[in-house]
Amino acid sequence: MNKIKESPALISNDFQNFVKFMAKRFLRSIIVILGIITIVFILFRILPGDPARDLVGKFPTAERLAAVREIWGLDKPVWDQYIIFMQKLIFEFDIGMSYDTSTPVLHELGLRFPATIELALVSMMLAIMVGIPIGIISAYKQHTRTDYLSMILALVGVSMPIYWLGLMLQGVFARDLGWFIGTGRIEPVLSSELNLYPFHTNFYLIDSFVMGIVEGNWVFFISTVENLILPGIALATIPMAVIARMMRSSMIEEMRKDYVRTARSKGLRERLVILKHVTKNALIPTITVIGLNFGALLGGAVLTETIFSWPGVGKYIWLSITQRDTPVIMGFVMIVAIIFVFANMITDIIYAYLDPRVRYYERD
Amino acid sequence: MSNLTDSDPEKDNGPVEIKQNVDHDSVQSDLETISEATTWWIILRRFRKNQVALLGLGFLGFFAFLAILSYLDTILTLIFGQGIFPYGPNEIFANGASSFEPPSLEHIFGTDNVGRDIFIRIIYGARISMTVGFLAVLVSLSAGTFLGLIAGYYGGVIDSIISMILEMLLAFPSILLALAILAIFGSSLTNAMIAVGIVYIPYYARIVRGQVFVERELMYVESAKVLGAKTPRILMKHILPNVFGVLIIYTSLGIGTAILEVAALSFLGLGALPPTAEWGSMIADGRYYWLSGPHLVFFPGIAILLAVLSFNLVGDGLREALDPRFKR
Repeated sequence: MNKIKESPALISNDFQNFVKFMAKRFLRSIIVILGIITIVFILFRILPGDPARDLVGKFPTAERLAAVREIWGLDKPVWDQYIIFMQKLIFEFDIGMSYDTSTPVLHELGLRFPATIELALVSMMLAIMVGIPIGIISAYKQHTRTDYLSMILALVGVSMPIYWLGLMLQGVFARDLGWFIGTGRIEPVLSSELNLYPFHTNFYLIDSFVMGIVEGNWVFFISTVENLILPGIALATIPMAVIARMMRSSMIEEMRKDYVRTARSKGLRERLVILKHVTKNALIPTITVIGLNFGALLGGAVLTETIFSWPGVGKYIWLSITQRDTPVIMGFVMIVAIIFVFANMITDIIYAYLDPRVRYYERD
Repeated sequence: MSNLTDSDPEKDNGPVEIKQNVDHDSVQSDLETISEATTWWIILRRFRKNQVALLGLGFLGFFAFLAILSYLDTILTLIFGQGIFPYGPNEIFANGASSFEPPSLEHIFGTDNVGRDIFIRIIYGARISMTVGFLAVLVSLSAGTFLGLIAGYYGGVIDSIISMILEMLLAFPSILLALAILAIFGSSLTNAMIAVGIVYIPYYARIVRGQVFVERELMYVESAKVLGAKTPRILMKHILPNVFGVLIIYTSLGIGTAILEVAALSFLGLGALPPTAEWGSMIADGRYYWLSGPHLVFFPGIAILLAVLSFNLVGDGLREALDPRFKR
């Protein structure tokens, strides 16, 4: 193996392959994204019902309908609408206006994305911090009671309706025991003061942390963390279970390999073999699963946010669906799909970097 | 390698060849049934040793039983005016029941905000969830298998196009795509079911495609081709049975997921509409009454959890039985 790596000709060839792979993968992603945008556009244009009628309200007159159609460009043929839509999207980065508030959709979503991302990141951290150790222990203690119990728990986690878990947590810990408020991102009394604070990213953890350091007032930070706990747990359940299961199975797969036997026969302590050798390699497939689950988290946020009155995109999108605010739904679906495609692409590239076989297969 | 495929027209010429093909095929399929039977027998034996999976199967049977009971109850109520159960699923304040009655002998799971018996509603919910989960998977399974077979077998441009479409569908987080579909076609239980069905098409298609890629290079497909079997026949009679095992696993897991997602959509008010006794919408109905009665939320959730869990247990058990590498 080492000899091959040392040869300069092969290295440059290998690098070329990698660049080619990346370029191909990128091009593919762009095509997929254009396709997604087109599909979403077509789907929402065949939508039953007349958006102009929804916009005008209860008593439409012919003139008002015509006016509204002209303002929103609904009077043009669908094909023209599509071209205008794409032009605006590509050159002005504009995906339309909300029917409800007449403000740009991107602005509306931008206001709410930090709340969702904060929640999703916290949940993912929680899921990783709990899921990976459980997977390792379970694989290490394979066939024992600990293993069975944790795997059954993981299966329960996958099978659980998270909105139900969220409601139960909210009911028991917020309503019955009163340990948490159970709704919103921060105690309502504190929220306006935090929002008026000059350092404002809308990531409450960061804002309140800065506030805590600068002003020495940690009330805001503590309240933010407290409010993250319940929705964080609810949203983390599924990825936690998925990660634990994945980690366990890839650990078991790795433990059967020759290099592990070598390490053991060298007289290395079992703990070291597991923690240093096996875990490292078993993490690679788990990382892929983590990447793929991020999209699922954004989806799961719809449920979690509606329960915990979390002012993020998930709750907003649910409201938009019930109010038939099509541009918002369209915009959000597109953005999430684009994020997802790019996340996939990055995962693939990291994977190809870590495992050269992938690039060669791709070429055939 | 990928262009081994479409040379059928040439082979269909000779009448002698066709005759041979028929003979040989019937012999071959006899052999196949024998070996298949033994394989399934072995798989069944492995499955029976897996106690956890059997427990899951037991629960499944129980839920199926509940679903059948609710059908019987409906029919009997229609004919005789009195079914198996003392109350109907939508009977408000039945037999003088009041709101938020806690679990008792009279009402095993208590009553909800308008005095409906939660136990009866959960039994009726079993029927909806089981049916809906099954049908949703039927949608994704049939469409997915079709696309996967075609993409995998023909390869080339057809594969590229199908794969691209699948990749686009996969780019949406599942519940979000379902939400978008419901936003377009309007909310109802049927639409929720179809939406969930569509969302999971790519998963089945990918599995089938991958398997077909492996299978089509194997000797037996080549022999079938040489003997003059036409493409549909090769796909349906030779390749599909070999993909079947994997599909069964994912069907079991898929029904569980479908139940979970349809219930989630109903919870959001986009699936089953009130007063339908659907587990997800029961949770949605009960969510505002925590202080009056936590059991309004608790029991339907447990029902969803158990139903989905049992499908997952059976799916995992099947996976272990079909592929011993997965064995614990």
